[in-house]
Amino acid sequence: MSEVHSTCCYCGVGCGVIIDRRDGRITGVRGDPEHPANFGRLCGKGQTLHETVGGHGRALFPELRHDRAAPRARVSWDAALDHVADRFATIIRQHGPDAVAFYVSGQLLTEDYYAFNKLARALVGTNNIDSNSRLCMSSAVAGYKATLGADAPPACYEDIDHAGCILIAGSNAAWAHPVLFRRIEDAKAKNPDLKIIVVDPRRTATAEIADLHLAIQPGTDVALFHGMLNALLRENLADAGYIEAHTRGFDALETLARGYSPESVAETCGIAADELLTAARWFGNARAALSLYCMGLNQSSAGADKNAALINLHLATGHIGRPGAGPFSLTGQPNAMGGRETGAMANLLIGHRDLDDAADRAEVARLWDVPEIPARPGKTAVEMFEALRRGDIRAVWIACTNPAQSLPAQNAVRDALANAELVVLQDILADTETAPYADVLLPAAGWGEKEGTVTNSERRISRVRAAVAASGEARPDWRIACDFAMRLERRLHGRASSRFAFDHPERIFDEYREMTRGRDTDITGLDYAALDAGGPQQWPCTAGAREGTPRLYENGVFPTADGRARFAAVPYRPVAEAVDARFPFRLNTGRLRDQWHGMTRSGRVARLWAHAPEPAVALNPADLARRGLRAGDILRLESRRGALHVAATADAGVAPGQAFLPMHWGSRYLSGAGVNALTLPVTDPRSFQPELKHCAIRLAKAALPWRLVAFGTPRDGDALARLAQVRAWLPRFEFASCTLTADAGGVLLRAAAGAAPAAGVLEAIHALFELDGGDVLQYADPARGNFRRIRLDGERVAAACLAGDGSSEPWLREFHAQGLPAAALGAMLLAPTARAPAGMASRGRIICSCHGVGETAIVGSLGAAAGDAAARLGAAQQQLLCGTQCGSCLPELRKLAAAAVAAA
Amino acid sequence: MAGMRTLEELLKLAPDLYDITVFGAEPHPNYNRVLLSPVLAGEQTLQEIVLNDLDWYRRNGITLHLGKRITAIDRIKRIVHAEDGTSAEYDRLLLATGSKPVLLPIPGMKLPGVLTYRDIADTEGMIAAAARHKNAVVIGGGLLGLEAANGLKQRGMDVTVVHRGEWLMERQLDRAASRLLQQSLERKGLKFRLATQTVKLVAGESGRVAAVRFRDGGSAAAELVVVAAGIRPNIELAEKAGLHCSPGRPGGIVVSDTLQTHDPRIYAVGECASHRDTTYGLVAPLFDMAAVCANHLAFHGIGRYTGSQISTRLKVTGIDLFSAGDFRGGDGSEDITLSDPVRGIYKKLVIRDDKLVGSVLYGDTADGPYYFNLLREGRKVGDLRDRLMFGDAMRKDAAEPAAAH
Repeated sequence: MSEVHSTCCYCGVGCGVIIDRRDGRITGVRGDPEHPANFGRLCGKGQTLHETVGGHGRALFPELRHDRAAPRARVSWDAALDHVADRFATIIRQHGPDAVAFYVSGQLLTEDYYAFNKLARALVGTNNIDSNSRLCMSSAVAGYKATLGADAPPACYEDIDHAGCILIAGSNAAWAHPVLFRRIEDAKAKNPDLKIIVVDPRRTATAEIADLHLAIQPGTDVALFHGMLNALLRENLADAGYIEAHTRGFDALETLARGYSPESVAETCGIAADELLTAARWFGNARAALSLYCMGLNQSSAGADKNAALINLHLATGHIGRPGAGPFSLTGQPNAMGGRETGAMANLLIGHRDLDDAADRAEVARLWDVPEIPARPGKTAVEMFEALRRGDIRAVWIACTNPAQSLPAQNAVRDALANAELVVLQDILADTETAPYADVLLPAAGWGEKEGTVTNSERRISRVRAAVAASGEARPDWRIACDFAMRLERRLHGRASSRFAFDHPERIFDEYREMTRGRDTDITGLDYAALDAGGPQQWPCTAGAREGTPRLYENGVFPTADGRARFAAVPYRPVAEAVDARFPFRLNTGRLRDQWHGMTRSGRVARLWAHAPEPAVALNPADLARRGLRAGDILRLESRRGALHVAATADAGVAPGQAFLPMHWGSRYLSGAGVNALTLPVTDPRSFQPELKHCAIRLAKAALPWRLVAFGTPRDGDALARLAQVRAWLPRFEFASCTLTADAGGVLLRAAAGAAPAAGVLEAIHALFELDGGDVLQYADPARGNFRRIRLDGERVAAACLAGDGSSEPWLREFHAQGLPAAALGAMLLAPTARAPAGMASRGRIICSCHGVGETAIVGSLGAAAGDAAARLGAAQQQLLCGTQCGSCLPELRKLAAAAVAAA
Repeated sequence: MAGMRTLEELLKLAPDLYDITVFGAEPHPNYNRVLLSPVLAGEQTLQEIVLNDLDWYRRNGITLHLGKRITAIDRIKRIVHAEDGTSAEYDRLLLATGSKPVLLPIPGMKLPGVLTYRDIADTEGMIAAAARHKNAVVIGGGLLGLEAANGLKQRGMDVTVVHRGEWLMERQLDRAASRLLQQSLERKGLKFRLATQTVKLVAGESGRVAAVRFRDGGSAAAELVVVAAGIRPNIELAEKAGLHCSPGRPGGIVVSDTLQTHDPRIYAVGECASHRDTTYGLVAPLFDMAAVCANHLAFHGIGRYTGSQISTRLKVTGIDLFSAGDFRGGDGSEDITLSDPVRGIYKKLVIRDDKLVGSVLYGDTADGPYYFNLLREGRKVGDLRDRLMFGDAMRKDAAEPAAAH
């Protein structure tokens, strides 16, 4: 057994991991105690990374089809790449370079990004290269550039330890960036005077730690920040010296801010004026104020403004460029930063250069030794797929991302993919939502199989290292891009020598490094050897520097022409789609604790399903009651763009009039086009980031009286393969979802329809769950549509299907999950009773995924313990081990502990 | 059994109203015919299955003539005559002549070693044969045939059941239950030839039956052949007396709802009676008839027999089987089924017009009485329906609403 140091490939915290490997297989993952992003900690997702590497669904060899109607067939790499090069060359010759596009990903490594960027701009001659970071961080980019002059997060993780006030805006860091949040918790524990303000329309797990939760109405952030500025000025908490010395444009902002009195802003935001004043005072009076923000600000038609308005507060108070102070955007993807640095977005150029700047274009052209970089702006993500739909773009190359899940207005996106002349998909998986649209599938090496670097939220560049050989014939992304580029070079230019003859990612890194020379992202002091020897480093790290730069702008000099930061006098604009009588609910999207993005990887790990076992839309209990709905009802959600069916769940943390649907649920787990069937393709005018966080919907109980739930452990133990088979049935039902069961290695299908399905459907589902054998318990009342089947494996419930009356589902699921002895109950297992047969207590919802501890045990333990919430929590942790591993469940545990104290 | 049950009921109602004389063709006091199978299987003795011993007749002042078959009824003089010349006058006459086995119209039915299965004599014959011979063939895979086959197997014989139908007990079971039954019996060592017609019984050198030959050309060795191919009401005496009998098959002495024949002084109960075009071959309806008949004989005149729901249990140790009502379903009826192949349990309930009309239980018959009651009561079961299959125990849960989930 040996170990390899690498970096986690989920969120932008960028935790260091140690990969254990044995016999060419990855056997485990641990947090790297030396890595400054996490010091050994990992969240639940990171801890299970090794379980995402192999198994059913991986793309293992290139596939190609010449005819859309036919399935793809396995081909050699040469055949696949030659085909794609021929097609691209033909399209470029006939329709120009802007008839092709590259849609890449914040999950690519910096070297991959670089190769694609060079391919698009230097070889094809198009700026049609954009990253899914467009959906994630482009508003942060625009916000930084508009105020600080460059797309550089000025703060670092260590600032959390030095802050006197932390403003968390539009971020559920407790779930989205759990390891970072542990650090916030530690800081709060060490310094009880630390004030934490959370700005979020929802009362999230993050809000649980807040001293002040500002539950603003969606999209009113700019008004809030201007209102806070108004209050800061009123109470003389601004830093006139700093404004005078280091900024420009304050007068215009001050004039604007006068119109945002705390009272009027409070009304706009739906909060109390006192709360706003408190927030402003805490922020202004803090010795150092730090802002952490994420998609709540970015995914907005006013995303750039929200970012800028928040940065205004830091500039006005001088809370920047000092330990514990600064605006700090949290990146959602592991290498969104790397993409920004290498300019792999339509409106950016490499090394934080600007596409609009002729000098920048000329410099890049010179460095790449090409005549020019085209000035024509490239299409950003949403525009790109609109152009694809219109036919302006004919061929699209999608790498490491899943637009048929993640882009807004899915129905239009899928039309675009279906209309495209050529779709090339380069991915580690062959079963994403986008895969069915691919004419060519190129298998990519995944995490643990490839080499390169990533940059995390705090500008820290870490090495990603391979621990095992790539699966099947998969190749690293950079190499696929370069192999293709060399073929295209020959076809377009008849060139023999190549700009893409890289034989190792380190060569790419070295070339990229030279292009940062003299830029704010200068890393001329870094190479692989330096990273190997000195560990991860924060840029800039110029030649001769011993180490990177933890904090920017300490001297108050900003990367603008005059060295001054700019205030952004941007008026508040409401959300793009207001609610009205026809679409009265505000839909908010966001993350679940244990899933990531479209779940193509996290969804492969059974135990990550424990925390949120099935898709659900959360509504305020009062809204449910008012509409005569109950948790568990299947609702039809409808926006102006699409509709979907999903179960309702009650969450008092969701404000009345709002609905919360996790961003994760796509067609792989839910019938229909997923959450983004509803969302809005309206983008921010400067960042071009779509407003994924808000749209107007209506909802009603679905008239789908026929119900089915089937779950079971496959006899062959391959739950992922079975899940794929079950998934194929989702489109057959008006509502259906398929999931892994957290325990017992099972798969679950839930479906509802207006009427019982055609004969044969139920039989097929029975066969799918191996409920068609001679050893199956069966109950059938065809006239009532009630069919129940149960397969036992020895003493345990191995599989069950309940069609019609499903009242026994909860306890049957527990029997299955816990492997309880069930055989003795015999045919009573088929009884339609909501009450479990005697002797079985429900575990309740799983709170701690690491140790599989359910709510029932936790509440019991907390109730039995004595003392305050902390004492009870300690006792429960000692007894049950809950929350002692990754700690992601601690916010929920604290909430339960507080409830136990209140109940005592 | 039906006759004596009527007397028991009558004696309860009007112990002194009649001077009672009983004629029996068999040389035994009345016994529980239903329990002949346990006797054959060696699980009970003949003494144990006697219902009313001689002393009971004495105590109740009943004149008992055993082994005396009545051969004529003089309805004018109201006198019955027995084979041996014994006769008795009557004011009221109760016919309880039962049924007799159907014989097959094939060669060899009279050979030594060929028995039917009806009474103590048949049972004793089988017990004796089992002691000396190896191979038995039972013709008929109905209730009686299977009980006989099981008994003979218990007594060490190598038994093959030959059945014309496609599955066993097709009058009581659907194919699914029948299959489970067959599997259980096969595990006990019985062999089956289904959908098989017997064409000839062949004698051996000794003159005793030695083999059974089938239409498909096959044959089976048999030193004992038990013919259990059904029963027919025993109406010989009634027909001779000019009492109206049902013309069709299986026939039967036509009785009214007060169990009176067309001669109102003469009653008929049990397997010989045809009530509303139905004859019954099971014990429960006989008891229903007995109660009404006794009531009428006692001049109470308030009882009416309107027919019985019937239920069947197979008396084979280790096999629980219950069948009641119209289990076949058909148009307008709805089946609910449950099966647990691991434990060998199968249940079917048939519902028509929101009422339980039939039930087949195999492997777990504990709820048989519960269903039988529902069947007889004819109550609506809509409110119970979803829990009905789970029996009496679940009924208590029915009131509680399903919890939200």
